[in-house]
Amino acid sequence: MADISVNFLGIKSPNPFWLASAPPTDKKINVVRAFEAGWGGVVWKTLGSQVKNVSSRYSSVDFGGHRVMGFNNIELISDRPLDINLKEITEVVKMYPDRAMIVSLMADNNRASWHELIKKCEDAGAMGFELNFGCPHGMTERGMGAAVGQDPEIAKMVVEWVMEKATIPVITKLTPNVHSVVPTGKACVEAGTNALSLINTIQSVTGIDLDTLVPNPYVAGKSVFGGYCGPAVKPIALKMLTTISQNEITKKVPISGIGGISTWKDAVEFMLLGATTVQVCTAAMKHGFRIVEDMCEGLSNWMDEKGYKTVKDFVGKSVEKITHWEDLDINYHHVASINQDKCIHCGLCYIACEDTSHQSINLTKGQPYNTYTIKEEECVGCNLCKLVCPVDNCITMVEKRVAPEYINWKDWQRMGLPLNDH
Amino acid sequence: MAILNNRLSAEQYKEHFSDIHPPFETKEAAMVEANRCLFCYDAPCMKSCPTSIDVPKFIKQITTENIKGSARTIFSSNIMGAGCSKVCPVEKLCEGACVYNFMDEAPIPIAKLQRYSTETAMKNNWHLFERKKSTGKKVAIVGAGPAGLSCAHVLSREGIDVTIYEKESKGGGLMTYGIAAYKVTPEFCEDEVNYITAIGGIDIKYNHALGKEVTLEQLQQSYDAVYLAFGVGLARQLDIPGEQLEGVVDAIRFIYHLRTQGYSAISVGDSVAVIGMGMTAIDAATQAKRLGAKHVTLIYRRTEAEMPCTQHELDIAKLDGCEIIWLAAPKEIIGQNGKVTQLICDVMKLGEVDSGGRRSPIPTGETFSLNVDMVIKAAGQIPFESLVSQEQIEHKQGKITVKEKTATNLKGVFAGGDCVNGGKEVVDAVQAGKDGAAAIMRYITL
Repeated sequence: MADISVNFLGIKSPNPFWLASAPPTDKKINVVRAFEAGWGGVVWKTLGSQVKNVSSRYSSVDFGGHRVMGFNNIELISDRPLDINLKEITEVVKMYPDRAMIVSLMADNNRASWHELIKKCEDAGAMGFELNFGCPHGMTERGMGAAVGQDPEIAKMVVEWVMEKATIPVITKLTPNVHSVVPTGKACVEAGTNALSLINTIQSVTGIDLDTLVPNPYVAGKSVFGGYCGPAVKPIALKMLTTISQNEITKKVPISGIGGISTWKDAVEFMLLGATTVQVCTAAMKHGFRIVEDMCEGLSNWMDEKGYKTVKDFVGKSVEKITHWEDLDINYHHVASINQDKCIHCGLCYIACEDTSHQSINLTKGQPYNTYTIKEEECVGCNLCKLVCPVDNCITMVEKRVAPEYINWKDWQRMGLPLNDH
Repeated sequence: MAILNNRLSAEQYKEHFSDIHPPFETKEAAMVEANRCLFCYDAPCMKSCPTSIDVPKFIKQITTENIKGSARTIFSSNIMGAGCSKVCPVEKLCEGACVYNFMDEAPIPIAKLQRYSTETAMKNNWHLFERKKSTGKKVAIVGAGPAGLSCAHVLSREGIDVTIYEKESKGGGLMTYGIAAYKVTPEFCEDEVNYITAIGGIDIKYNHALGKEVTLEQLQQSYDAVYLAFGVGLARQLDIPGEQLEGVVDAIRFIYHLRTQGYSAISVGDSVAVIGMGMTAIDAATQAKRLGAKHVTLIYRRTEAEMPCTQHELDIAKLDGCEIIWLAAPKEIIGQNGKVTQLICDVMKLGEVDSGGRRSPIPTGETFSLNVDMVIKAAGQIPFESLVSQEQIEHKQGKITVKEKTATNLKGVFAGGDCVNGGKEVVDAVQAGKDGAAAIMRYITL
């Protein structure tokens, strides 16, 4: 059986699945339930200056009959008194010493406040910190959260304050509300952060009530931009993670991946792009803590199948497979092939290709079932038909190289080779 | 053994004749199924619908909560879309063609979704069509059944004034008078007729039969065109001894009475034989059983492979406890004191393939008898042959002969539906009405 435990900067957890800093981790009762369910660690909901929350706080995007494809919130950092949080952290660490207890921090924007908060949390038994430079709403107006993470200079300054005081590992959490996460990531690593985590939530409007015309979430006839998360943001998170994993400076520190992770497969993808641990929130908020069971079992089974003994064996394995466009092999070509035995005659491949792609599918009328076949000479191998086909492996892409040798765009131009025929 | 009415309690009647295909109880339930729809292109379901309802479109409109648009999509192709959602044999039409069948998954419940949209529209009394300004043209339609109503609606939308002559006191035709009560209620049929005619410009003259209260000649003189949609209605006779005995009824009459007089008023035997295996035979058998008959036996001269009803319908009869005897043809009905006591049947075997493409039954010489007190004849309906002959309309065994789907031999007289095809589904009649309206439009604007 594969060993799915992780060691993150000396912080050990029985599996790489942590709960992200959020409502599921804001008090003892939740965290104890999470650890009973099997979560490897938690990032305790952000502690810092006193705040007051509003009602309501969440909204979501449904898609094709599925609820909560995307989720947003306008909740602030923990609104419970600091003393109670610290007392509960101490109690939970005592009950579950084998689980990771990271505490998320967002102090007022001065050195003394950060130092005081760090001291108190270390005394309470925190095993590591996560600096919340990402929260995109509420705190930013007060110069905190994303306001810090969006400015590499300010981020660097705060990390330096933290590193002066902290005696336990420090993770800095990055905001995605920037054109690139790399500048802030670099600044934080240069300032001494021991690790990075990403992404925090993305500013969003999830929708508008078409009766009241008030956007969601509703607060007394008004709304504000909320932080978007959940399955919808995963591709964006993976892209940002890749840029951190590929940068010479930021790749030196371990990463905790966050952003729409709902299953063991999602987690493996984050780990393949460089995350050592992953953090989950929306999926747990939708289904409860029990989802961790399949995450652990699925990861373990996949590792056994692939022959990975520990997570170290595969973390980062896909990073190098994402390259620059001009390095792609122009001589690679594949074309779609429809398995007529599997075809259910829905016509979705045809209409997608005919209306929006390359008119590469033949339609032979039938009553009531049409027959669809690929015009190989027209097919550019875009994948659209395969993507919209509702039957697994009915449409497959068959490799038909243009020429055996690798050639990229730069070489192509240099050699003066012809462009596409149209 | 006796033929009696009032066999059951009020609760039993209610239970036995409640909706056999209940609607979605909640919006969420409809959404789950609507979201399963793949939104096929040039969809097999649409191509399998005689009225070509754009099924993927109306289901997509349910998922976007555009129920008004969904209902309009349905009614644009089939103004009786609400009734058809209850009575169509969808297992051999749209749902039978659903591509999910290839994946061994349950097809989309198209009829149930169609019912969801159309009933919502009817309940809210949404007027989805506007009648164009009156053109001053007038068309007479004979028969307020599916073909007549469908034709009338299309014509009225185009600003033509329509008068329908209907021999019964209610509209809807066989929908109202000839279909099992657990599929559509009399109230629904009435609502549907009112919903269709709410567009205006359609005047229905009830209790006006062609050849009695009004003649074709009068209609031809008073209107710009005439559309004949009077259906079929006469039950095929068995032509065997004993057919005149008390206790021998025809299925159409039986169902007609059930639909017009209330369940407890309808008499049914202890032991009932139903002759035939079409949809009407199944309806008659199940209704007899649900009225309290102890034994109901369906008698069919061929085998399951040749039966005209669908498997789904046969299953309903079986689940209701009806027995089935294949390869049996009625030979003689025996009675005592003028009342049915026995049915004698020939045992049949299948011979050569006949002109209809089915193997024809031939007697083996063996017979058997059943003790029954009621025989319901459901061996098909025959057209109103004397009526069409009397009006000089060209026909084949009573079925009106038409050119280009709708034109009769008489100038300005068109026909469609069961009186042309001899008896098909409601949905076929609706399409016939549309075709008729299109031909009439071409004719009167010439």
